[in-house]
Amino acid sequence: MSIATVTVESMEVIATFADDDSDAWVAALSAPGPAREAATARLYELLLRAARFEVDRRRASLPHLRGDDFDDLAIQSADDALMAVMAKIDTFRGDSRFTTWAYKFALLEAAVNLRRRGWQGREVPLEPERWQVFAADRLSPHGSAEQGELMRELQVGIEQVLSTHQREVLVALTLDAVPIDVLAERLDTTRGALYKTLHDARKKLRAHIANKGMTL
Amino acid sequence: MTDDRKLLKALLGPEGPELTCEECFEALDRYVELELAAADADAAIPGMRAHLEGCPACHEDHESLRALVVSD
Repeated sequence: MSIATVTVESMEVIATFADDDSDAWVAALSAPGPAREAATARLYELLLRAARFEVDRRRASLPHLRGDDFDDLAIQSADDALMAVMAKIDTFRGDSRFTTWAYKFALLEAAVNLRRRGWQGREVPLEPERWQVFAADRLSPHGSAEQGELMRELQVGIEQVLSTHQREVLVALTLDAVPIDVLAERLDTTRGALYKTLHDARKKLRAHIANKGMTL
Repeated sequence: MTDDRKLLKALLGPEGPELTCEECFEALDRYVELELAAADADAAIPGMRAHLEGCPACHEDHESLRALVVSD
């Protein structure tokens, strides 16, 4: 059992409940006064641990950052996650343990911050015409005739059935491997909105291929 | 999987219906716990598996949450 303590006007309040006691978490975080402060402090420690876990997993992909940078990112992510959890605590339905539910906020914040930091100062390519160069490479004589035909039809589909915005998003996310959170930030939109664009583009391409009588 | 198959998969995405990123985040904690309990998470949350295959960011978030819960 984990215990958190907080001192309020010489009165020590102890939050004593097991980490897997979801009802106790919600009750403590919703209670007024010192009990809530103690539970919030305990929740913050949990979120910080989750954020550091994510930072450690991705540390190798950001070799230009120093140790302090990673810790700053973890703390910033835990701060943001605490705000998100407290704002959404009324929506916790008990479909999982409270700790698992809370972890996902910290992991998301850390992952987004790390992806953005990894692309800080880098230009995000938005070059839908780059597909043509890429496709030309793929249409080499080394590939099978069937594969070549499929790639040609995909090229036609990308050029003819997608909007310019759909082409930009498709090429940036799939060919240039721009992280969706980074692209969302640069285009001043959301991950969800961008994924919807990608999803619609993919659906159009699948329909185009099917209309040509080709199978994947 | 060959590079060409990977490219096709990235360009065309998963077949069939899938969750949105928002729906994925909403259900991710339940999905991970069902997986770890060896329950049929894909039957319980239709469209989740397809979305995790089509969205690299949500896929990473799923891997991280699963790993963190396992490490607890």
